[in-house]
Amino acid sequence: MTELLVGTKKGLFVLEGAPGAPFEVTARAFAGEPVEYALRDPRSGRVLASVTSPFYGPKLWYAEDPAGDWEQADGVALPEGGAAALERIWVIVAGESDGTLYAGGDPGVLFESHDGGASWALNRGLWEHPTREAWQPGGGGLCLHSIATWPGEPDRLAVAISAAGVWLTEDGGQTWRRGNEGLVARYLPDEAPADEVALCVHRLHRAPTQPERMFMQFHGGVYRSDDAGATWAGIADGLPSDFGFPLALDPTDADSAYVIPLTADTDRVTPDGRVRVYETRDAGASWSARGEGLPQQDAYLTVLREAFDRAGEDAAFELYFGSTSGDVFGSGDAGATWSTAATRLPPVYSISAQR
Amino acid sequence: MPSVRLRGPLKRLADDRSDHAVAGATVGELLRELERAQPAMAGWILDERGRIRRHINVFVNGERGGEDTAVDNDDRVEILPAISGG
Repeated sequence: MTELLVGTKKGLFVLEGAPGAPFEVTARAFAGEPVEYALRDPRSGRVLASVTSPFYGPKLWYAEDPAGDWEQADGVALPEGGAAALERIWVIVAGESDGTLYAGGDPGVLFESHDGGASWALNRGLWEHPTREAWQPGGGGLCLHSIATWPGEPDRLAVAISAAGVWLTEDGGQTWRRGNEGLVARYLPDEAPADEVALCVHRLHRAPTQPERMFMQFHGGVYRSDDAGATWAGIADGLPSDFGFPLALDPTDADSAYVIPLTADTDRVTPDGRVRVYETRDAGASWSARGEGLPQQDAYLTVLREAFDRAGEDAAFELYFGSTSGDVFGSGDAGATWSTAATRLPPVYSISAQR
Repeated sequence: MPSVRLRGPLKRLADDRSDHAVAGATVGELLRELERAQPAMAGWILDERGRIRRHINVFVNGERGGEDTAVDNDDRVEILPAISGG
């Protein structure tokens, strides 16, 4: 049985099922409110959800049972009396240390919890970074949307911000340095300085079995780093478009990655009305379309950056993605074939999958 | 002392009570005092900058007000979510 936590424009939906058949909606929480992201911490079983009330602002909540009572987490706010307010929490990630979780949000902020998500503190190193004044928001805000932990090394993190690039720490977030060399932003002039930070990373993941390796979907470009984010090389040749948002990796194969290209930044739908996931099994040297079972005619879907996730590994490696038109698709064979897990949900913002 | 009326989730956060007597010479002062008296409400009406959230409306004796609107002892302040959505 696989559980999908589906964050939507109108609440959190908990789906349960197995790939190849429709999933059942087993719970709905925060009805009517935008749920940006939800995660079940695999260590504790606790579910955390990021909810952005249009009236009362962004909050993090946690529950032992998503169908039961939720508690509001403490400390998810910027310093009082400043010039900025927290706009949204985009993503929640389990850390390497017991009880540690990270949450990334807008305006380009990282929060840490060391008690399983009940209380949080702002990461001051990133918040007070001297370049912050130059950071520019992307279309979705100044969102810190990707947090890549390093297996077995809790002090090493990579985070990605749209549009302030990749930031790396090796001291638990006390200090941060850029990790952008090799990225090419076609929306900047050729003469842009080498230390330009206005880099619109759309999604970033680390390969768990080879942590020096990371993959990135950029705002025009797909990249791979083999040196822990110090430098990046383009790997988009063979894709129908190098624009997109979602990215997923195979946890046991560091040469594998999956993207869902969209036509272009000016037309953010699946190309040619066909929904296809693209897979590489050779670290980006080549890409193969994986669309069997997905709509292949008049299907103009938008898949957001957090709406693609995987569960299981090896023979049980599953992939799931959702669209802003309310469909959720799943594959139980590493993307070779797909089926519809749910339809007619509200616009899907995020999916978090767990077997 | 001015009175503040809360509804919906705000009421539930404030001991599940609608009406609260709160000291303050302006709407902003009054809301900060309300947060001090009802810590669970912190961040729900005012953001970190001390501004009333964009889709929250505050009325003083039936008229729309802001952080700087003066309030007197007999005034009645109502806090309501705006008519917005999508």
